[in-house]
This record gives sequence, C-alpha cells and structure tokens, in this order.
Amino acid sequence: MTELSAHLPQFQHGQLTENFPDTHLSNTNDNSERRRHDNSERRRNDNAESETNGQPQNNIQRVVEQDEEEDEELTLKYGAKHVIMLFVPVTLCMVVVVATIKSVSFYTRKDGQLIYTPFTEETETVGQRALNSVLNAAIMISVIIVMTILLVVLYKYRCYKVIHGWLIISSLLLLFFFSFIYLGEVFKTYNVAMDYITVALMIWNFGVVGMICIHWKGPLRLQQAYLIMISALMALVFIKYLPEWTAWLILAVISVYDLVAVLCPKGPLRMLVETAQERNETLFPALIYSSTMIWLVNMAEEDPEAQRKSKNSTYNKQAPASQTQNEDAEADDGGFSQEWQQERDNRIGPIESTPESRAAVQALPSNSQMSEDPEERGVKLGLGDFIFYSVLVGKASATASGDWNTTLACFVAILIGLCLTLLLLAIFKKALPALPISITFGLVFYFATDNLVQPFMDQLAFHQFYI
Amino acid sequence: PAFGLFIFTIARDPLRIIILIAGAFFWLVSLLLSSLIWFIAVKASDPQDERLQKGLLIFGVMFSVLLQEAFRFLYYKLLRKAIEGLVALSEDGCSPISIQQMAYVAGVGFGLMSGAFSMINLLADALGPGTVGIHGDSQLYFLTSAFMTMVLIFLHTFWGILFFHGCEHRRWWEIAAVVIMHLTVSGSSFCNPLYVGSLVPSYLLMAAAAAWAYLLSGGSAQNLRRFLLCK
Repeated sequence: MTELSAHLPQFQHGQLTENFPDTHLSNTNDNSERRRHDNSERRRNDNAESETNGQPQNNIQRVVEQDEEEDEELTLKYGAKHVIMLFVPVTLCMVVVVATIKSVSFYTRKDGQLIYTPFTEETETVGQRALNSVLNAAIMISVIIVMTILLVVLYKYRCYKVIHGWLIISSLLLLFFFSFIYLGEVFKTYNVAMDYITVALMIWNFGVVGMICIHWKGPLRLQQAYLIMISALMALVFIKYLPEWTAWLILAVISVYDLVAVLCPKGPLRMLVETAQERNETLFPALIYSSTMIWLVNMAEEDPEAQRKSKNSTYNKQAPASQTQNEDAEADDGGFSQEWQQERDNRIGPIESTPESRAAVQALPSNSQMSEDPEERGVKLGLGDFIFYSVLVGKASATASGDWNTTLACFVAILIGLCLTLLLLAIFKKALPALPISITFGLVFYFATDNLVQPFMDQLAFHQFYI
Repeated sequence: PAFGLFIFTIARDPLRIIILIAGAFFWLVSLLLSSLIWFIAVKASDPQDERLQKGLLIFGVMFSVLLQEAFRFLYYKLLRKAIEGLVALSEDGCSPISIQQMAYVAGVGFGLMSGAFSMINLLADALGPGTVGIHGDSQLYFLTSAFMTMVLIFLHTFWGILFFHGCEHRRWWEIAAVVIMHLTVSGSSFCNPLYVGSLVPSYLLMAAAAAWAYLLSGGSAQNLRRFLLCK
C-alpha cells in the first residue's frame, strides 16, 4: 500500500493519495496480530491468553483447556453485550453520515471523480455506463488487492518504520485536511460566519488530540469517538466521489473479496495474520475499533497475558482508517479483527497497550492464568467495516427515491448482518470477515425497498391505508 | 410514546435490543415480500383502471397483514429455539429472558418498524413548507396519521404478547383472534378519510387488546390498583 501512495500523483482530489499505503500497512499488522490470537484462541477456547507471545502456550494450554467449556459458554452468554457494544458505534457512525448527507449538500454534488475511477458514468447508453462502472470497480479492487499484497510483503520483510510512517501520514491527512473541508462545508450550509483563526485553532486542537488518542494513549471513549468520526469522514468522501453504479459494484465486490481474503488459506490477509502470529508480534495500531480497553499499565506485572492481549486490542483500535486503501484493507482486517479481537478481549479483558507495557509484557514469562472478569471482554471491528456500512447507508439516504424508508431498511439489514456475523464468530471462533453478510443484506434490502416497497408505501400513504 | 417504551424498557438489556432489531427485520422482510406480490400484481394489470388499482391495493394490504402474522409466527419459532440455547448456556439453568419478555420485545420491534415506515416520510415532508389538505383532502392528515401510527405500534406490541401466549399454550383461537384483529384494523383504515370509522374502532380494539394482554401477563385489577396508588 505504501507503494501505491508513492505512485499515485496528485489527482484532483488529491486527498486520498497517501492514505492507501497506511491503511494497508495497518491492516497487515492487524491481521498478523489477529492471526496470532486466533491460533491462541483455538487452543484455549477463549480463556487462557498466555499464548499471545507464544512462549506460555505450552504451559498454559493445560490450564486453559479446563476452562474452555466455561469460556465458550461465557462468550456466548455475553455475546449479546458485545453485539450491543458494536451496534452503538456502527449506529453512531451511520447516523453521523446520514445526518451530514441530508443537511450538507456538498456531499451529494458531483464534483468529479477519484483517480481510481477514471471512467465516467455520464455516458449516453446504459451499456456504456455499465461497462464503465465495471471497469471502475475492477480498477479499484485491483488497487486494493495490490496494496494488500504490498502490505503483506512489507510486513514479511519487516519494514515496520515504513508502515508506521504511512499510518501516521494517513491519519494526519484525515484528521486535518478532511475535517477542515467537512467543517467548512457545514459552516457553509448553516451560513455561520467564521474567521480563519478560530477555524485553525479548532482544527489544530481536534487534529492533535486525535493523533494522540489514536496512536498513543487516551481515554477509551475519546478514542472510540475519534475512530467513529474518522470512519464517517472517510465514508462521506467515498459517497461524494464514487459514481452511482461504481459504488454499488464496489460494495458488492469488496464483500466478496473480504470473504476470499480472510477465509482462503492463500489469502493475503490470512498470510499476514499467520506471519504476525509466527513472529508473536502485535499488529500495528491499525484500523480497528475496540469496544473495551481499560486496564492500566501497572497491571502488566500481575497479568502479563492480559496485558499483552489488551495491548493488541488497543492497538487494533487505534489505527484509524485513513484512506480508501485503508478501508479496503480494513474491511478485510475488520473481519479478522472482529473475530479475533473478540476472542482476545474475551480472554484478556480491556487493556491499555502502550509500547512500553507491551515490551514489558512480552518479556515476562507467561505462566499466570488470566482471570478476567467476563464482563470486561470486548469486541473489535475493523474501521473499514464501519466505513463501508456507512457508505451503504449514506448512499441509500442520498440517492434513494424511498428516502427514509430505504435508509431505515438498510440500517436494520446491516445491524442484523452484524448480529449474524457475531453469532458466527462465537460459533467458529475464528477470524471472520464482517462485510459480506451485512453488505449483502444491505444491498438486497436497498434495491428491494427502493423498487418494490417504495411504490407500495406511497400508495398506502396516499390513501392512508395501514397495514 | 413508543420510543419512550423503547428507552425505558428495552434499551438497558442488550439481549432485548437484539430481539427488537430482529423483530423489526422480520417485519421488514414480510413487508418486502408483500410489496413484491403487490408490485407483480400491479405490473400485470391495467394501470389506468382506478378501481382496479384500489382493489389491488386493498388486496395487497390484506395479503401483507397475513404475511406479517405469518412472520410473527416464524419469529416465535426462532425465539423458542433461541431460548433453548440460552437456557443451555446460562449458569443457573434458567433463561435470562422469559418468553413473555421476548413476546413483548418482539411486538415492540414489529410495531416500531411498522410505525417508522408509516410515519417517517410523512415527518420528513412535514418539516417542509406546504399546507395540509390544500387539494380538498382532510386537513387533519398529519394528526390522524400520527394517532393511527401510534395505535398501530401499541397494537403490534399487544398482538405480540397475545400471539406468543397463544402459541405457547396452543390456543389457536387466540392466534386467530390476533389475526382477525389485525385484519379489522387494517380494514378499518380503508374508511379513511372518514376518520371516525378508522380511528375509533382501532382505539377500542387497542384498549381491548391491552386489557387482554395485561391479564395474560399476570396482571389483575388488584395489581393495577396497587400500582396506581403507589403502594
């Protein structure tokens, strides 16, 4: 992905160039971490964490197995809580996106296209338009695939600095530039006069706090809020700059790709996670949203395993998705992280991870069994998932004739898809892609509601019939 | 009011939220299928014939009601299985949520979704400029729509309880009563804009269903009195 950024010149909406590399990198890292946890998971069945670093695994395995069954039950039992922990941020993100789309007209105006989608959709014939959108989608997907593979390669060759740098640049760009544009548009819509100095101050504060929260330490809620805001911003950019048919096609293909990349043995994401697990490394502060992260650093001594786990989760959460590339990667990662992270969280509980504590933890022998309060387990979801869900709902609210009905239908469909995915997660205990089920439901419901339900409801409302 | 119900009784327990969303989803699917049928019927018929169109619409409504009840039944089956799973998983051998609570939440889910679909476009339009009923239609359009929607949401909630209770105790007449009530309410809405014909029966039916559901859930006049007097 890094490479991609390098190659991409400034295009008209040059904002997105650099993001890609970062995203991919983050994803790779995340994937590796996830894989690691995954393996540990399988052995332990949600309870014992010690395996993260690889060393304790042998010692702990026996201890872990005793609690395996209990853990399974606990996992499923608290599954509802986890689902809600994910529902809320996804809902918030979607609400923000829909609210913005409805009120700020900037995001529904066609101001051109990204360089990744060079073919226009304003063609004369339907066939031409279809062809163009297919080509656009193909280009986008191949870009994503290339970036992911690049990320895997980079990770394999331990170019961590590059990855880190990309991440930081992407999040910088996202936090400052995109939010500046967003703020400007909101002010324009509501006709609020604002001077540059105030704006500069606000954006500066927002951006700096965001960078600190996401890449370093920060209060959990604030971190979550920043990740949500960033996902919403990204989704808005997507909605604005992707033409109609291309957007739907990309959504569909992304979910297929997510499925393939996460579940196939030769998929890039899977390889990434495997590599990370072999090296017993944590993934980079990638684009993963984590629902719990509370432990303090001083807990490390008592519970190295837990710490390790939480750190990983924390890291995952921290990487905001900055660019499209990131999103794609994230989407894939999201699948991983979600499942894997849940496992991890379940096992570890929330932990605040800092580079220091991670190092400390990894140095410690893992022989203590973690006893976590099951209540504190969390779930993780990749930011790419957030972004694509929001893109779907935002597009539904922007361009549907059924307007709110369609938006509502897509919203419910996505939530149900998320529920099902989490259920599968609890059953299979492996990294799973979070996109396919939800996006499929969302797409089906969007097209069905828009074309079938809308005329029906219109007629009913006209005559004031009630069903 | 329905939203208040949601906040006070459902929002705290995550399991209930999931059941709620799943209920809304089932209602949505039933709506989808019924509108599919209606759409096919419309496309296959003559678009110029007003009476036929209206007739088709009525047919669509009835069919949709039947489908909704069918989906409520399917949802009941799913929840039964889910309860068994939850019981197996729980530590002390009893489910964290009872079938009655599930019935209530499922009913609210159905109701909320149905209400949302009925009202939300109206609300969005209501924010914009315009005069109600300028073309000779009733001026009370928005008001009556709001009341009708509210009564429907409540009715769905009560029907949920009654329906599940009927399924639990295998009293088919209860289930049939729910279906007939639903058909009646929808049918009464055909009298619109003669609002007295639709709103009044609906509210009466709602009161009846409320009392019935209350009794089924174990309440009694005594409980009610105690509650009201804050004992």
